[in-house]
Amino acid sequence: MNAVISQLPPLLIVIPLLGALAALLLGKWNRAFAYPISLAMIGFQFAVSLVLMESVMDGDVIHYYLGGWPPPLGIELVIDSFNSFVLVVILALALLTAVWAHKGADLDIVPEKKVSFFVVFQLLITGLCGMAVTGDLFNLYVFLEISSIAAYTLVAAGRNPRSLIAGFNYLILGSIAAGFIVIGIGYLYIATGTLNMGELAVMLPAHYGQTTVYAAFLFMMIGFSIKVAFFPLHLWLPDAYTEAPAAVTILIATATSKVTAYAMLRVIFSVFTLQYVTDSFPVTELILIIAAIAIIAGAVLAIAQDNLKRMLAYSSISQMGYIMFALGVANQAALAGGILHIMAHAVMKGCLFMVAGMIIYRTGFTAIRQLSGLSRRMPVACAAFAIAGASMIGVPPTIGFMSKYYLVLGAVEAGEYLAAAVLLAGSLLAAVYIWQVIEVMYFGDIHDEDLGGGLEAPASMMVPVIILAASCLLLGIFVELPLEVVGPAAAMLLGGG
Amino acid sequence: MRENVVVRTVSRLFVPFIQLFALYVIVHGASGPGGGFQGGVIFATSFILLLIAFGLPCVRGRFGRSWIRAYAAGGIIIFAGVGLTCILFSGNFLEYAAIETALGIPHLQTLMIDIVEAGIGITVMAVMTSIILDFVGKEEEEPL
Repeated sequence: MNAVISQLPPLLIVIPLLGALAALLLGKWNRAFAYPISLAMIGFQFAVSLVLMESVMDGDVIHYYLGGWPPPLGIELVIDSFNSFVLVVILALALLTAVWAHKGADLDIVPEKKVSFFVVFQLLITGLCGMAVTGDLFNLYVFLEISSIAAYTLVAAGRNPRSLIAGFNYLILGSIAAGFIVIGIGYLYIATGTLNMGELAVMLPAHYGQTTVYAAFLFMMIGFSIKVAFFPLHLWLPDAYTEAPAAVTILIATATSKVTAYAMLRVIFSVFTLQYVTDSFPVTELILIIAAIAIIAGAVLAIAQDNLKRMLAYSSISQMGYIMFALGVANQAALAGGILHIMAHAVMKGCLFMVAGMIIYRTGFTAIRQLSGLSRRMPVACAAFAIAGASMIGVPPTIGFMSKYYLVLGAVEAGEYLAAAVLLAGSLLAAVYIWQVIEVMYFGDIHDEDLGGGLEAPASMMVPVIILAASCLLLGIFVELPLEVVGPAAAMLLGGG
Repeated sequence: MRENVVVRTVSRLFVPFIQLFALYVIVHGASGPGGGFQGGVIFATSFILLLIAFGLPCVRGRFGRSWIRAYAAGGIIIFAGVGLTCILFSGNFLEYAAIETALGIPHLQTLMIDIVEAGIGITVMAVMTSIILDFVGKEEEEPL
């Protein structure tokens, strides 16, 4: 492996961190500097993530020792097929969100705060990258806190005073979750004396019977469940997604939730190993049951919503159930489906939230019933919404269909026929809540004539939406491309890698 | 703030010693207990003492928002700059030994640790002070 690539993992974090500071200092001098620097940094990160994914495609793993100190003394960064895939997905979404936010940030961010908005935006993405690349459990926690604190700030950054309440609730619940996670990490350190994930996986089997390890596992599970808004612990999510500035909703619904789901899978499979999780106590069955409840409950609550962003937020709770479902079934097909769904949900939910933001940008409408006849005013945006919505339901040949197909396949292989039926029921319910919107958009009459037609959003908002809508279709048709990475990643997780 | 001679005089005497102790803790970080974070927090307490004894305008006058911002960013730039320099000397990020062997200067490694610790200390000091001042201040005098 050449010398430049081997130095890329720390640069992925350090250069954008310096970029964020440059944006802060130069932005103080002239406000126009902040955005281009931020955009360039996210572009740089995306390029780096592509190079990293390309170099670990053939099963290589990049190990990087910070300061030249090998573990357990030093912090290790690890790039393998799973986290390089997650990096590419979230950075692609982050880049598109940043492009969208060029105009989209005007919606909720006052001009004086734009510099700090983009700096914190940049810090959030950098924190997420750190979470994805680290091979050290405590380092994971530190980056989780960096990205979470940035997310709390961004949620509360809007003009809307209710965003402050939503941000505060998110802060309280997120901090409780972080507390749970760090207690779990502490217990693992007590039991083994190391924080490196690879070493923990080797050393933990000798301590499997200990109550300390049980406690660590449960604390971390609960902590991560709050962070990913797994059903009964989702209470912060609907308000945070609804009241946050539009660009922030897109970013936390796509990038943040996905990286947290990644971290959860990583801790369960790479630190505790599947063997421990299935043998020690029936936690996978419990997760499967709760995931099934999450899928149905999230979808039913989504149907009941009148606000478009809130409906999409409840839909996220339902979709997060699908990813957790993969964890509950835990075989090759289901896990591949789950990892594929991490990407699929990021792409389609990003598209849907972008369209929701564009509708607010052009018309100020937030309620679904106000969207009557909107397809005649914003034809491209509504078409993108319909495509991403079809993917959300799981209509072939979209990416949403492919990920759900693998999940169902995994469930059937594992003999969980009831769970497979729940998945399909979840898709039917998704059809109900997506159709509500599409029906109003396409078949409703225009009520307020004085708004006029031709309300299509500016090109910088439209291009990311079109790219994402096209990805929903293309990734579904050429599903072999992501599967080339996802399949080995799932196999690696099951092997305890 | 009511005039209180005892508080003001004692604070005036204490502040330089607190700051000196903070610098000691930062420099001590390479060879013993201590380091940038602890030292930075101790340095920030000197500003908190000034705040209690002399009030917000006095501290804002001595350590304004733009200075706080510059220090907070500057510390990280020192830290990351040293780390990146190590990469230029074909070591890993923050691998000071690489610079020491490349330049052949003995004990350069310890010096590098001190520089990094100083960077951490500067950032921690600025951010801690800024948190306290933002808690005390009622309104944003000047938005970011």
